[in-house]
Amino acid sequence: MREALQTLSEPLTEVPDASRPPLAEPLLSGRGLTLEIGGRRLLDAIDIDIRPGRRTLVMGANGAGKSLLLRVLHGLVSPTSGHVHWRGRPLDKAARRAQAMVFQRPVMLRRSVVANLSFALGVRGLRGAERGRRIAEALEQARLGDLARRPARVLSGGEQQRLALVRALACDPELLFLDEPTASLDPASTQAIERLVDDAHQRGVTIVMVTHDLGQARRLGDDLVFLHGGRVAETGPAQKLLDAPASEAARAWLEGRLYLGDPGMTT
Amino acid sequence: MKDFTSILAEAIGLIFAGDADLIEIIALSLKVTLSAVVIACLIGLPLGAAVGAFRFPGRTLVTILLNSLMGLPPVVVGLVVYLALSNAGPLGPLQLLYTPTAMVIAQTILVTPIVAALTRQVIEDLDTEYSEQFRSLGVGPLERMKALLWDARYSLLTVALAGFGRAVAEVGAVIIVGGNINHVTRVMTTTIALETSKGNLELALALGVVLLVIAVMVNAAVMGLRASAVRSAYA
Repeated sequence: MREALQTLSEPLTEVPDASRPPLAEPLLSGRGLTLEIGGRRLLDAIDIDIRPGRRTLVMGANGAGKSLLLRVLHGLVSPTSGHVHWRGRPLDKAARRAQAMVFQRPVMLRRSVVANLSFALGVRGLRGAERGRRIAEALEQARLGDLARRPARVLSGGEQQRLALVRALACDPELLFLDEPTASLDPASTQAIERLVDDAHQRGVTIVMVTHDLGQARRLGDDLVFLHGGRVAETGPAQKLLDAPASEAARAWLEGRLYLGDPGMTT
Repeated sequence: MKDFTSILAEAIGLIFAGDADLIEIIALSLKVTLSAVVIACLIGLPLGAAVGAFRFPGRTLVTILLNSLMGLPPVVVGLVVYLALSNAGPLGPLQLLYTPTAMVIAQTILVTPIVAALTRQVIEDLDTEYSEQFRSLGVGPLERMKALLWDARYSLLTVALAGFGRAVAEVGAVIIVGGNINHVTRVMTTTIALETSKGNLELALALGVVLLVIAVMVNAAVMGLRASAVRSAYA
């Protein structure tokens, strides 16, 4: 009985993949992450490992708990039970500073583009020439040099998201959380964001991204965590999971079918 | 008794002639009011920002208190300040009663809750928007307060102007603690009350016109600031 319960609390389906490199120690791990708000269980005993240098995608239907999971992993929301560890130790202020997050709706300070970058770098203790260098670099990466003195809030959605992304990257994070960064963006803006994410990954930044976009999942994903009803329905290498999902929840979602069944149900 | 038109004509004549008494009264009014507003902002802005941005035990109570104090009756404030500054009061030795300083104190007490309560609302709204981003960046409490105050600067200027409007039109408290002494504590509102009771309606009306013009200018400034903030998307 105990064994049966233990099995249920673990990620339900792990698809083996011979092409994957040997698993490194997780950079970030969550164990038994449960979140209840107003009597509703929004996250249910989630176990997750984020390996260094990998791009982990979090997918699932609306209300599956994807954004909440990101917030819990980043320390913005405290779980009702369970814990998050950074390099094997409890998540603390220093660990949080090694991470950055880009939200679905970019939060722009009521300042110019440059001042938005300058503020974030100032918070991380950067001053003078080094700060100036990072700002110039970020503006160039985001191709926002011409708009540097414009109020950030008058930029288009795509420009604001690029600014939010390079602002996060300018802080030199080891791990970057992205919560649907390209939702409601046009293809050109999406491509620009994906390019920036890819560049960051090439430089060694670990990526954890929520996305609804299957094409994007194929382009950017190394690992994939599929959530359903606040639980991990399936996890594994992105390509493999997208091509041959093992869980009914993931299969139904990928086929565009409605699935309301038990999140633990797999076929 | 003169008719309204001739009184108005004489009042406007006084304004354009640059009557010395009139100028002195206007200057003292502005000096007292601006001093009170500056002090009220120095206290009310950080206080309102702290209540708006931070969660602490008793926060709801403080918010209710600040909101309630916005409607402080001026004569009650005047009376309390009078009692405090009178010879028998705790601040009697300072000999401040019937001085412009006493008027500044009374106006500051009236305006500070207005500035603090409105600031709390502005900052709380902005903090709701910024909160997750700030926590993600690891912004400390002091940096957070500074950033919120700076980013809300246009709205907070409006708050300061609202405080100015309340202070410059105030009469009950300043007449009690200032005494309306000629060339010492006589300001626009107290002069209007006195000169009307004496039947010197030209001076009273001239000051009334100036007060109205100031009120219009303050409102125009508020609207201009809002429009400018919206245009530049800082609002």
